[in-house]
Amino acid sequence: MKIKTLQDLENVRKAGIKKLFPDKPRIAVGLATCGIAAGGQDVYEALETALKKKGVNAFLTKTGCFGICNEEPLVNIAMPGKPLVILHKVQKEDAESIAERVAKGKLPEEKALCKIEEWDHITSEKPFFYGKGYENIPLWNEIPYFKPQKKVVLRDAGIINPEDIEEYIAVGGYSAVYKALTKMTPDEVVEEVKKSGLRGRGGAGFPTGLKWEFTKKEKSDVKYVICNADEGDPGAYMNRNEMESDPHMVIEGMIIGAYAIGASEGFIYVRAEYPLAIERLKLAIKQAKEYGLLGEHIFGTEFSFDIRIATGAGAFVCGEETALIASIEGKPGRPRPRPPFPAQKGLWEKPTNINNVETWCNIAPIIKKGGEWFSRIGIERNTGTKVFSLVGKVNKVGLVEVPLGTTINEIVCHIGGCGIKSKEIKAVQTGGPSGGCIPRNLFDTPIDYDHLKEVGSIMGSGGLVVMDEDTCMVDTAKYFLSFTVDESCGKCVPCREGLKRMYDILEKITDGRGTEEDLGILDELAHTIKATSLCGLGQTAPNPVITTIKYFKDEYMEHIKNKVCPARVCRALIDYFIVPDKCKGCTICAKNCPVGAIDGGPGLIHIIDQSKCIACGTCMDVCPFDAVVKLSGEKIDTPDKPIPVKKGR
Amino acid sequence: MDKEKLQEIIDKYDTESGKLLGILEDIQRTEGYLPKDLLIYVSKHLNVPLSKLYSLATFYSFFNLQPVGKHIITVCMGTACHVKGAPHILETIEELLGISPGETTSDGKFMLTTSDKQFTVNTARCFGACSMAPVIRVDGKIYGYNTPKKVAEILKKYGWRGK
Repeated sequence: MKIKTLQDLENVRKAGIKKLFPDKPRIAVGLATCGIAAGGQDVYEALETALKKKGVNAFLTKTGCFGICNEEPLVNIAMPGKPLVILHKVQKEDAESIAERVAKGKLPEEKALCKIEEWDHITSEKPFFYGKGYENIPLWNEIPYFKPQKKVVLRDAGIINPEDIEEYIAVGGYSAVYKALTKMTPDEVVEEVKKSGLRGRGGAGFPTGLKWEFTKKEKSDVKYVICNADEGDPGAYMNRNEMESDPHMVIEGMIIGAYAIGASEGFIYVRAEYPLAIERLKLAIKQAKEYGLLGEHIFGTEFSFDIRIATGAGAFVCGEETALIASIEGKPGRPRPRPPFPAQKGLWEKPTNINNVETWCNIAPIIKKGGEWFSRIGIERNTGTKVFSLVGKVNKVGLVEVPLGTTINEIVCHIGGCGIKSKEIKAVQTGGPSGGCIPRNLFDTPIDYDHLKEVGSIMGSGGLVVMDEDTCMVDTAKYFLSFTVDESCGKCVPCREGLKRMYDILEKITDGRGTEEDLGILDELAHTIKATSLCGLGQTAPNPVITTIKYFKDEYMEHIKNKVCPARVCRALIDYFIVPDKCKGCTICAKNCPVGAIDGGPGLIHIIDQSKCIACGTCMDVCPFDAVVKLSGEKIDTPDKPIPVKKGR
Repeated sequence: MDKEKLQEIIDKYDTESGKLLGILEDIQRTEGYLPKDLLIYVSKHLNVPLSKLYSLATFYSFFNLQPVGKHIITVCMGTACHVKGAPHILETIEELLGISPGETTSDGKFMLTTSDKQFTVNTARCFGACSMAPVIRVDGKIYGYNTPKKVAEILKKYGWRGK
């Protein structure tokens, strides 16, 4: 049906509410990419079979990701009038027992992670109340992982079915479009966004309202809006989840933006590595068209707007807006100098407004609740929340949404629960290849655009990669350089040649051939490349090197002076040994070595053939006697060939 | 794919925006690579120089110009995977399948195929499945929390018979 009036919208909302609160148990399996990879799809199918087999009257559906990735697969169950309970680490083998208990009106409480009694979807008129009960299950915001979080962008993720527009409308979806189109002028919309203080979530943090105003002011018969979903920062996946878990919020934001600046066509530029996001966006666009929320005369007004998907093809530089435009035009994605900015001359030379996925996700709440409301979240000049992907060497990994200005410590230690296996956390990397490594002693730094810049990093799209004592900072710098060298489009010399030279020097250092002079050259190259590159990729690419030299110079010096990798990572500087006195000749290491580099036999002291060893560490992991050691800068005496283990041990 | 199917793909795109890359991606998804005869057809049909298609195919890492093996293994080289040992995973796979590390194909891309054409190994910048790092993908299915030992077991599922 086509929605033309507020009453139409209200009718669909009621239909959606019936799906979210059916008069029977609702079971929703978390099926975003990581949920599926963790076995969610198998769980869904097993539940489907089990419910059928046992004749249980329940509504089985899918949902997106609730953000606590360690605990997947997640399944949430809501009995009518009772709290929504989130079950964690559900396996397909659990399906029968879940079905049995649901049939009896019960829950597998031992699998419960937390419960939700009330949920604020932000865009709905008032929060949804599920019910009270289950005294032994903690409330979702009582558990340390969620306690400091505030879900504005992830307001629907993991609760509604992302493939059903009616459920999105049920939680107040598209009512912000209605409000903007029928009750506000384009100027008022821009004003509201300006008032909110929202800054671009793609990394640079340019004020969104101002950007819209630039494009709005341009006179042109055709204007475009683009959603930059080319989430290229390695270690960052919040945009993927936003699109997979709640694709309509992206579309809703774009409709409002297009109305404000006067665009009639929009594109979502998604990277090809995200097939599920593409699939769900395509479906969402199709549904929005069917319901008349995209297309001609939206809500019966004069405003018409349509969205298409354009897919990227694996080029990091296409996250840069002029390169992205070139890519949509069917060219290799090479940036061009600005000005003219896309606001003046963008796609097909027409005024174009580009915003990141997460920026668009914030628009509907801003219009619905007002810029003033939004500006009260976060801190001055850094309003609203930001979703971070907390990953790497940290206990709890996942998507974390917190108000801007939250400290690194709060996120890494309180939400993330500090290091794995009580390892010492050394640094956190923000901003991907354009960002920097922030050392532990600066963890009281608030995460916002300005403070991160002060410590030499950037916000970027929101990746937070935690590094511990086993991470080598020189290797990390080299890793990012290898990335940017590969991804440099080759157009300007400083980036194309300079980064390659920096990489060569870092390789020299990690190979144990570095000199102190190299650090000076690295520094000089870094600052020259920053100052003279054409686009953001080159201008920021030296950041990982600059920050690691600044904060971890001692590690560089160890590599250079003593030929030692303190974290024991750099391949050329480490060796694995089996300590003869500890080896019991059990043969487990030899059996598990993937490359057959261990010589030995039952009752013999095993020896690693250094010429074959690929330093994968498997032997060290499997040895029951801790007889395998990894050393840098030292060696231990081992026999020339396997000899019998001394008796009595 | 036959010419009819290709024509269908081409006709799907009714606007210039996103058209060329979209067509190439559709071909790549079906064929696993970009066969020369199909590129020639696209070039003639859309009146786009073949050199331009070649330029796109070599600029974007998603495309490849050479046939791939029966199973495609992609090792994620994202930051989270890197700090959790992705280089070891890649090295182990190369070692197990007996393909030499560090080689690239003539179009400058990292892609290695075993001599029996059973496996092709390549790398990706980031799948965005960082919570399960280190991650690999085999024929579209994602496997997380890998170790060198686990990788060998995964390969066996796809018919690898051991060294």
